[in-house]
Amino acid sequence: MASETIALSVVNHGARPIGDRLHEWVVTVDHKKLGILYILYALMFLVIGGIEATIMRIQLIVPHNHFVSPEVFNRMFTMHGTTMIFFVVMPFLFGFANYLVPLMIGARDMAFPRLNAFSFWLMALGGFLLYFSFVGGNGLYGAGNAPDVGWWAYAPLTSRAFSPGHSTDYWTLALLVSGFGSIGTAINIIATILCLRCPGMTLGKMPLLAWLNLVMAGMVILAVSPLTAAQMMLSIDRYLGGHFFDTQAGGSATIWMHFFWIFGHPEVYVLVIPAFAFASEIIPVFSRKPIFGYPVMVAATVCIGFVSMSVWAHHMFTIGMNSYANSFFAITTMAVGVPTGIKIFNWIGTMWGGKIEFKTPMLFCIGFLFQFLIAGLTGIMLGTAPFDWQLGGSYFVVAHFHYMIVGGILFALFGAFYYWFPKITGRMLNETLGKLHFWLLLIGFHLTFDVMHIPGLLGMPRRIYTYEPGRGWEVWNLIVTIGTFIQGIAMLLFVANLIFSYWKGLKAGNDPWDAWTLEWSVSSPPPEYNFPRIPVVKSRRPLWDIKHPEDPDWKYE
Amino acid sequence: MSSTAIARPPIEPEWALPSRGRVGMFSLIAAEAAIFTIFVVAYIFYIGKSLSGPLPKDVLELPIFGTFCLLSSSLTIHLAVRALRNAKVGAFGLWWLLTIALGAIFLVGTGREWRRLIFEKGLTVSTNLFGTTYYSLVGLHAFHVTAGLIFLTIGMIFTLLGKVKPEHSERADIFSLYWHFVDVVWVVVFIVVYVIGR
Amino acid sequence: MKCARHQKVWGRVGGPVAGVFILLAGVLLAGSQCSAASGPAIPSIFKPESTPADSIYSLSVLVLAITGLIFVIVFGLILYAVIKFRRRSDDGPEPPQVYGSNQIEIAWTVIPVLIVLVLFMATARVIHAIQDARKPDGAIEVTVIGHQFWWEIRYPELGVVTANELHVPVSDTSHPTPTFLKLLSADTDHSFWVPRLAGKTDLIPNRVNNMWIDPHETGVYVGQCAQYCGMQHAKMLLRVYVDSREQFEQWVQEEKKSAQSSDSVGEGRRIFETTPCINCHTVSGTVADGRFGPDLTHLMSRDTIASGAAENTPENLKAWIQDPDSVKPGSLMPAMKLNDHDLDALTAYLETLR
Repeated sequence: MASETIALSVVNHGARPIGDRLHEWVVTVDHKKLGILYILYALMFLVIGGIEATIMRIQLIVPHNHFVSPEVFNRMFTMHGTTMIFFVVMPFLFGFANYLVPLMIGARDMAFPRLNAFSFWLMALGGFLLYFSFVGGNGLYGAGNAPDVGWWAYAPLTSRAFSPGHSTDYWTLALLVSGFGSIGTAINIIATILCLRCPGMTLGKMPLLAWLNLVMAGMVILAVSPLTAAQMMLSIDRYLGGHFFDTQAGGSATIWMHFFWIFGHPEVYVLVIPAFAFASEIIPVFSRKPIFGYPVMVAATVCIGFVSMSVWAHHMFTIGMNSYANSFFAITTMAVGVPTGIKIFNWIGTMWGGKIEFKTPMLFCIGFLFQFLIAGLTGIMLGTAPFDWQLGGSYFVVAHFHYMIVGGILFALFGAFYYWFPKITGRMLNETLGKLHFWLLLIGFHLTFDVMHIPGLLGMPRRIYTYEPGRGWEVWNLIVTIGTFIQGIAMLLFVANLIFSYWKGLKAGNDPWDAWTLEWSVSSPPPEYNFPRIPVVKSRRPLWDIKHPEDPDWKYE
Repeated sequence: MSSTAIARPPIEPEWALPSRGRVGMFSLIAAEAAIFTIFVVAYIFYIGKSLSGPLPKDVLELPIFGTFCLLSSSLTIHLAVRALRNAKVGAFGLWWLLTIALGAIFLVGTGREWRRLIFEKGLTVSTNLFGTTYYSLVGLHAFHVTAGLIFLTIGMIFTLLGKVKPEHSERADIFSLYWHFVDVVWVVVFIVVYVIGR
Repeated sequence: MKCARHQKVWGRVGGPVAGVFILLAGVLLAGSQCSAASGPAIPSIFKPESTPADSIYSLSVLVLAITGLIFVIVFGLILYAVIKFRRRSDDGPEPPQVYGSNQIEIAWTVIPVLIVLVLFMATARVIHAIQDARKPDGAIEVTVIGHQFWWEIRYPELGVVTANELHVPVSDTSHPTPTFLKLLSADTDHSFWVPRLAGKTDLIPNRVNNMWIDPHETGVYVGQCAQYCGMQHAKMLLRVYVDSREQFEQWVQEEKKSAQSSDSVGEGRRIFETTPCINCHTVSGTVADGRFGPDLTHLMSRDTIASGAAENTPENLKAWIQDPDSVKPGSLMPAMKLNDHDLDALTAYLETLR
């Protein structure tokens, strides 16, 4: 087997003026820089969204509290939800996808670099528009008019009659604009994965991260579009006198719900599938074994993608659909738990018989596994429709989805941070701070979100700015709020780690984790062109083949 | 200096992947199809539910001529792309121009129909549920036709400037996918609005 | 050495284990809370007192048992893997590279499918039992209309109109008198949720929904609106008074009567009838017949005002009339801006609306 060594000269940029360097970032079409921009943007909004959550939790720490007014509280939960989903988790995931997918499939960039940049700036504009609402617009309730209709913006609360002023329009426009950005990124991811894989990398040989981002991108294409359509309809109602959701004219409030949740449910799978991707890359490396059941993992994910498009009305069990409809959505909801459970078993199977190293990325992924299991089970509980008639719309649901998004997705994201930060910056994140971050976050998370299930079981609905004493909710709300502060400290520790390690972290080298996918074959950070020569692969773990020439993967796959 | 060693097998088999333009366009079409589906669903859901005002059967006339023009434009764009692939740039230009003309005739027809509906029949987007869903769906489609015409015109300008060459036939073909999609959407809209809904 | 390794294991698994214990402890505490303070003030879904809530409770026990079992097994596997397969201090070769196993994949696909089928059958049965229940002859019919931010309650066959506090008779199995509610909305979406009596059902404009309850025990059951409906969603509270048969009949008789008139509050009544009050409120037997706000004919028969936001006392009434925003900021009742004398007179009049 012929092998070539290619000598690379590192170009020394020297001390270029700061204006030049900033300009380079603004006009870049390089997937790595755009990936970093997405991630930094998301990090900023994570802090802002966290502040919004903290404001709400302080208001709810005791009944009949007066920390903020009902107007402000209602704006907080709307902005918190909208921000976290559209301007934190999605940009984080798009950022990592942008950075990693071309590197992992042996490509030099995404398929459409300029579309990539355009999509990022659209998303950025959307976030800016949403937050401009705090200062812009002349609403009925005084200066500053952030949306206060909940992140699902149910009709007819969003009609001109019940939401005068521009608050709802900021919500609509911000998401419309960033939605176009999301679709652009999804098109890019699909085209990149289908068209730019390096020679030898058939679909069956590409890393699971690529597969899962492919499925995620397909779901974005099919799911974000209904939201776009519904928001166009809402704008037609609000500005052109349309009647799509105008119940006075015979319109339907429930059709908004259907359109929204046809987006909303696949959206949460869009959020969680890339988290699965991170776990599927990190767990094998730190267990020192390949992923257990690669073809089944792919099949299960595709299955989840399809089935999840059929479960949306489990968000609408209480609206009075007939018993056949309710039964249908109950069974599809339970059915989607089967491929999801299979994935959990496969991750356990990966760890089984391995030699697990408890570095910070792995700690976060084990946390993800544990918490995702619980969140999935509370999801099954909610899927049994009559149980949902009690639990839906209550703090039980709030606990469930935060368990998924924070305990599942955010933990996996932190795992990804600690795993790929060395590749992106060339330095390791501090391991001690990392472990401290993990344990603090774990404790704070469980304190808040385990306990949060209980008020739901005791009848506390969601989206209330205060609650009545004597209903047995007080002590639980107090504990939940305390956990919030602990989580806040953990997040600050993480930010400190990022900043400290960027300047002073240990140098990482190409392959600090002894991993097996293509991104670890180039320098840290990678050169602008990624690979000096496009690699040719023969198996799912090209670097394993190189490191173990006596026992390469392609003999067994 | 840093170096990296990549193992390469001696002979590389042919590695052919689909063209990214084609995959990208199909993905875009999928997204647009999803948006149109929601508008069509809304239209169908609200058939017969208007509380007042002009009903479809009272005011809608079958836009046969416009439909014929739009569907023919699919044929002409196909012929244009084929001409370009066979290096007949002149023929390509003529078919391309014809496509623009046919698309423009369709839009003018839609405009005239709307004028009639608004000023003679009193149907606007705010009149009733039929008005809202009709103008939104047909309007969204017309918007996509307009966008297509803009791109077609840009292509025409490049052709007249002599910049279009046979090697651009792939790109023209990918664009024609969008145009065919717009036609397919019209077929669906026609059936739903003018046949079923009336 | 052994101690250090022992410590390391505890460090790594201590966290998740601690988390589990917090969760368990919390659930146990909640359970004890639920049974200890079993006053009606705690609307726990685990203390059902009506058939729909009972059926849901039974289903929930099954679901919790199944999911609990799954959790114990899978968590056990995770814990075992994390402890048994951790890297020991020896730096040995890579472990055997196992790529998968078709038999195992089939096993852990088939078993979950079976579990799903069992769960679904149990679920479908309860859905059907609750949603498709027939209305017996003795049923009480109530129409509830959701408003921003109060509940309009009408008994069409009994000729009673009230607000926010629903009275129903207790129902016993030998002679069932369930209450069937028709749910409508005058503005945005709301949701009727009294956890101890039934699951929630939404009130959606331009749509008719139905639900039913058949409370087994007399008492007061609390709930509130469970679908965000605007600024004061949080204070759109709900009370269901389950009365004995006789008490219920008595209540109905009182409610059917028109307002009593009394000369001593003539001035207050005059103020009421000549200010905008009558645009929104009805007092049967007088000129006031507004429908935007709650019916006030028997205002004093209710324990709370402003849909549960305050106790029904003269001071609260005065505060409410003078400045509703002080009680329920953002409610749709305007401040009446009366001088003190008029306010006292008006309140005195309202106090006679029993």
